[in-house]
Amino acid sequence: MTDGKPKSFQEIILRLQAYWAAKGCAIMQPYDMEVGAGTFHPATTLRSLGSKPWAAAYVQPSRRPTDGRYGENPNRLQHYYQYQVLIKPSPPNLQELYLGSLEAIGIDMELHDIRFVEDDWESPTLGAWGLGWEVWCDGMEVSQFTYFQQVGGHDCHPVSGELTYGLERLAMYVLGVDHVMDMPFNDPSAPIALKYGDVFKQTEEEYARWNFDVANTEVLLRHFEEAEAECEAILSQEHDDPKTGKRIIMAHPAYDQCIKASHIFNLLDARGVISVTERQAYIGRVRALAKKCADAFVLTEAGGGAAA
Amino acid sequence: MPDLLIELFSEEIPARMQARAAEDLKKRVTDGLVAAGLTYAHASSFSTPRRLTLALEGMLAESPTVREERKGPKVGAPEKAIEGFLRGAGLTMDQLEERDTPKGAVYFATIEKAGRPAAEIVAEVLEDTIRNFPWPKAMRWGAGALRWVRPLHSILCLITDDAVATVVPMDVDGIAAGDTTEGHRFMGNGRFAVTSFEDYEAQLKRNHVILNATERADAIWADAQNLAFAQGLDVVEDKGLLAEVAGLVEWPVTLMGDIAEDFLGLPPEVLQTSMKEHQKFFSVKNPKTGRIEKFITVANRETADQGATILAGNQKVLFARLSDAKFFWENDVRVAKTGASEWLEKLTHVTFHNKLGSQGERIDRIAALAREIAPIVGADADLAEKAARWAKADLSSEMVYEFPELQGLMGQYYAEYAGHEAEVAAAATEHYSPLGPSDDVPTAPVSVAVALADKLDVLTGFWAIDEKPTGSKDPFALRRAALGVIRLILTNGLKAPLKSLPVRDDADMDDLLGFFHDRLKVFLRDQGIRHDVIDACIAMEGNDDIALLVNRAQALQAFLGTDDGENLLQGFKRANNILTQAEDKDGVEYSFGAEVKFAEDAAEKDLFTALDKFEAPIAEAIRGEDFAAAMAGLAGLRAPIDVFFEAVQVNSDNDVVRRNRLNLLNRIRVLCGSVADLTRVEG
Repeated sequence: MTDGKPKSFQEIILRLQAYWAAKGCAIMQPYDMEVGAGTFHPATTLRSLGSKPWAAAYVQPSRRPTDGRYGENPNRLQHYYQYQVLIKPSPPNLQELYLGSLEAIGIDMELHDIRFVEDDWESPTLGAWGLGWEVWCDGMEVSQFTYFQQVGGHDCHPVSGELTYGLERLAMYVLGVDHVMDMPFNDPSAPIALKYGDVFKQTEEEYARWNFDVANTEVLLRHFEEAEAECEAILSQEHDDPKTGKRIIMAHPAYDQCIKASHIFNLLDARGVISVTERQAYIGRVRALAKKCADAFVLTEAGGGAAA
Repeated sequence: MPDLLIELFSEEIPARMQARAAEDLKKRVTDGLVAAGLTYAHASSFSTPRRLTLALEGMLAESPTVREERKGPKVGAPEKAIEGFLRGAGLTMDQLEERDTPKGAVYFATIEKAGRPAAEIVAEVLEDTIRNFPWPKAMRWGAGALRWVRPLHSILCLITDDAVATVVPMDVDGIAAGDTTEGHRFMGNGRFAVTSFEDYEAQLKRNHVILNATERADAIWADAQNLAFAQGLDVVEDKGLLAEVAGLVEWPVTLMGDIAEDFLGLPPEVLQTSMKEHQKFFSVKNPKTGRIEKFITVANRETADQGATILAGNQKVLFARLSDAKFFWENDVRVAKTGASEWLEKLTHVTFHNKLGSQGERIDRIAALAREIAPIVGADADLAEKAARWAKADLSSEMVYEFPELQGLMGQYYAEYAGHEAEVAAAATEHYSPLGPSDDVPTAPVSVAVALADKLDVLTGFWAIDEKPTGSKDPFALRRAALGVIRLILTNGLKAPLKSLPVRDDADMDDLLGFFHDRLKVFLRDQGIRHDVIDACIAMEGNDDIALLVNRAQALQAFLGTDDGENLLQGFKRANNILTQAEDKDGVEYSFGAEVKFAEDAAEKDLFTALDKFEAPIAEAIRGEDFAAAMAGLAGLRAPIDVFFEAVQVNSDNDVVRRNRLNLLNRIRVLCGSVADLTRVEG
């Protein structure tokens, strides 16, 4: 592994990838849908269910439309990256493994103050909760560390350990950068050196405008309804496929629709068309879908259910 | 005698749970040991972020043998009875003893429970404690089923007797007890074995763990004060924060840092709240300027650079946090300068309660009520209404959205930018008071008007929709609101009979008054007023006038504490008893005027004279609500009543005389009853 301090945003990601690969995780690719956080990736949400062991790590681009600041805020973005690790069952040395990953990205444990501060995690849209900490480095939250207790309304047996790193914030700290847009994206000595702003400043502006003022709310509302209906329609299919004669429960396609509904809800929220009371109702509708997907997944082979 | 050392070593325990958990560990283990006959001389428990520890001194090496004798059935009793007895005692026939008793021969059983070694009992009790520990929230981890607050890694369980340490053999879901632990996560030197509590505590310290939370807190506080003092500054005391911070570190290292100049203009409460809530920093104040100029953070380790990197990092995080706070402040001030109409407009869309409408509607109600209450409290009606309209405006501000605990206070700051009067500004903070039985009560008339209106609106509102507090459930803090009204009235000496106040008319005011009386009883009891005295006063007319009610109760309590009062009460009770019995027997009410011309005895005539003398002044005193004077008047009756009962037989054979005397007693009853319902007073 490369020694010394990393020089760029991408080097931090690469070092995390190398570290967790060396620790035996399957390095997955980002999920190809819009999600609010790395937890939504089926490699976490669905794979934390059921009895089968699992170990995965990946970068997940995440979108939070309401956090858009037209690229002007030093650390708030509507599109950002999370690094996600999920290991089931959680190994007894998960804290040490995690601390090793901080060293791998150049945080010297001899000079910094690392603390595990109580923070219970809950996702109302996923019907999920867990206990753990936010990890502080010199008073800054650098990661979320959670032992999943329930996902999609199902108790987790065994329990997964989940680590989530907010990559921009962590990298800004490691690289000593005050504004996210000033952060070197690739090696600053590369022939074509790019900063985070070179890559994302314009898109932050474009999306902020679209998210806040332009997105067609009628279309979005319709898409929400359609995703919800499609999710339920998929799950209502009989388990045995009449064409192949195989037992095929379509948990993942259904879950895609749940992810879609969740993101559309976030967009509608950013457009300010959801009132306080409606908000709870929408969250409840997404949660209902997540639960149904979880119910379906645990019947599948990957979900540890008895294969027919 | 042996000592016992237990340590439960886990991943980081939430700071807020540690102290309670150490207590629970002590209680559960010692209760279990004692129940099994294993007594001890002294117990102490400790907590750090990663461990709960219990040390017992002078524990028995084994539980004593216990003999229990049980009396059984008679010799010759049916076989079933004997069998049942044997089963219950766990003995066989030949182990029973026949003894002669006055009722004949009876079987006796002697059950002997052999003592057990301490290790065996400790193992059982500790396993039971671990499996049933009362964590506020527990979790599972890995593939196991055990629940603990965070993953439990090791159990140290050691009995030390005459310098010989023995591990208690036990295993909880694969975690076997041993004699090892580890020190500081980063500064410690791996796992090490211990032989006794003293050795354990000393080795922990060598491995950079201070076991005792109080010692950690004291060290933090002393270091913080020294750092501040060296620069002529003061640390703002915060005991809750100190306890929390002491629960976040095993090896506290206190560091002081600067707050950037850009932020020194923010209200001190904003700096303090932001630093405390987000970063768990202490605030450091300059006593000369009153400003908060520095912060103190507590790290969990020493470093080669004396904490320079850690401090720089913390300062950077604080800069970002305070940038947010400053951003909120500046935006809020901008809105305030325009009169903050957008905040009030926003509140019309915020639901207060689905049956009680929006915050905006609530503000309208409070404003109208404050206006009507204003003359009662001596406030200007326009100003009271204006203050009520402003009081909740800050709920829409960005700062209060971020830090709800700053509600009211921000309103007070922003009032200046909105161009409001000082009274209006003060009411924004003060109208929430008093928050508890010892919180300061506002006295500025405008604040009092808004505070009363706010609390009365919420009380009558929830009474109107019939959502009253039940048992421990009081989500809208209605008990606190009622006590607040009581204290506002009393502190300010307000003449404000609750039923006469212009509140909404759809609430059951009689029921609500009962609720107020219950709160008042608790409040007065804490001030030493007897419950029966309170009851005697609540039973009177005008009991919705809290100030009057309390005056009456205080005067009565004082009076009953005097010799005259005590004797008068006896005289009243005697008169009342005789009257009640006679009325029951005769089926009439003796309430017609007694006439002095039928008085035979001198004592009887004197009583007439005394009553004639005192009745009018007592009535006058009561009209003037001067209960002390009324009681003084009653005191004058004590002697004539005492003499009357000594000298006079009420139930005379002469019916005219008897009726006249009963009617005379009625004058006593009526007069005493005009002061308080003395039938409710005990004694």
